[in-house]
Amino acid sequence: MPTPDSSVDRVEPEDAGGGARVGRRVVLSMLGLGVVGTLFGAGVQSGLARGLAAAEGRASHGLAGLIPGSDRFRIYTVTGGFPEVSDEDYRLSVTGMVRHPLTLTLEELRALPPTSLTHTFQCVTGWQVPDVHWRGVRLGDLLDLAEPTSGATALHFTSYDGLYTESLTLEQARTRDILVAYDMLGAPVTREHGGPVRLYVAPMYGYKSAKWLKGIQVVDRVEPGFWEQNGYPVNAWIGSTSGLGGIL
Amino acid sequence: MPTRPRAHGAGAPLLRFDAAERALHWSVALLVLVLIGTGLLLYIPAAAAVVGHRLLVEDVHVLAGVLLPVPLVAALSGGGAPQLRADLRRLDRVRREEWRWLRSLGRTGRDRLGKFNPGQKLNAAVLSGALGALFLSGLALATSAALPLPWRIGATFVHDVMAAVVVVLVAGHVAMALAHPESLRSMIRGRISRGWAAVHAPRWLAEEEAAQRRESDSSPARHEHAAPGCAGDVPTPGPG
Repeated sequence: MPTPDSSVDRVEPEDAGGGARVGRRVVLSMLGLGVVGTLFGAGVQSGLARGLAAAEGRASHGLAGLIPGSDRFRIYTVTGGFPEVSDEDYRLSVTGMVRHPLTLTLEELRALPPTSLTHTFQCVTGWQVPDVHWRGVRLGDLLDLAEPTSGATALHFTSYDGLYTESLTLEQARTRDILVAYDMLGAPVTREHGGPVRLYVAPMYGYKSAKWLKGIQVVDRVEPGFWEQNGYPVNAWIGSTSGLGGIL
Repeated sequence: MPTRPRAHGAGAPLLRFDAAERALHWSVALLVLVLIGTGLLLYIPAAAAVVGHRLLVEDVHVLAGVLLPVPLVAALSGGGAPQLRADLRRLDRVRREEWRWLRSLGRTGRDRLGKFNPGQKLNAAVLSGALGALFLSGLALATSAALPLPWRIGATFVHDVMAAVVVVLVAGHVAMALAHPESLRSMIRGRISRGWAAVHAPRWLAEEEAAQRRESDSSPARHEHAAPGCAGDVPTPGPG
């Protein structure tokens, strides 16, 4: 039993009020910050990323790259890791509706006339890495070697991971700035970035740039790739939107 | 443990968190842990090499995120959960004397503390705000390419920053819980000793004792604030 004590009887229950509504103010402020940050935060993020990169050297390496707001690659793989394919065993095949099917070793790819380009790598989800230097063979040059036959309209890309696929129309594939890339940032493309050879489709969102590129089939219609079967647009020009047909 | 006079801490334990509050706490805890775990897998490059399966991890993350508000909405819908509502009102308000406690880093004014100290109140507010912002920016990201690219860049930025806030606060929350086992036990079993309340929440203890006295005046048959036996009768998912 409580002991009689007149003072406690006068205690006002805390939940009856009193004091400023700090909690509500904080929650609403942070929700507002979230909305404003979504609508207008892109500029803040790129400024912050430049600052972080200047402070830490290359932002894509080391723990500094994990700081929120820094521009760094996020490594995607849709299977349980990265496929293992050595430089010696690597083969790129160009097959399907072509006059000259090709099977190229890494050495043969490197012997073809190279093309270099520097571009922002832009993921559809909204992260990007500016000024990434790539070197490889223009996809259009490879197609010239293989010579698609009449009736061919699209390309189907496969990956050494055995699952990932991508697509381009033949017309898109012949635009500039699409590489079968073997060097990235001045060194051979690493396994996590899709080495030894990956596709790099500069004008489109990152998922178009199939990693661990194994085969290019020339076909007569576009077959949507892995992410495209999961709600992402097939024609993934950077800056384009898909309308409300997403995965939600 | 109590440094207070024994008489002040004597008596039956107090119900600190009722069944509805504990069910809410542990279901949100489970969802947040799944979100942090899958979020880190999506964020840290080295995790891709070990786990990969991005589509699956992403689906689990999005599902847990969509479910995140469900426990709170369920608890508050239908006009029930009076103790939860009362505790939310307590968490909302910060009195002037509590700022003094906060500024002195807990060295002065402890005798005025209510059920939650102002540090817990701020933690609850910032955590709730961050989770709300994560929910909104997460919805924006889950619509794939439906929104303009600058908004997606902004949403990714918001999502990353708010996630970092949540990870830090949850880590601190878990560390505090482990450092205060009696407090942690009360989120599992519901009840806490009056001795604990006398030290950490004296104003709440006074409130409870006043309420019990009023109750025993009006109906002498009932002494307990809540019926005994409701403390451990709900299975408690999640880590202890």
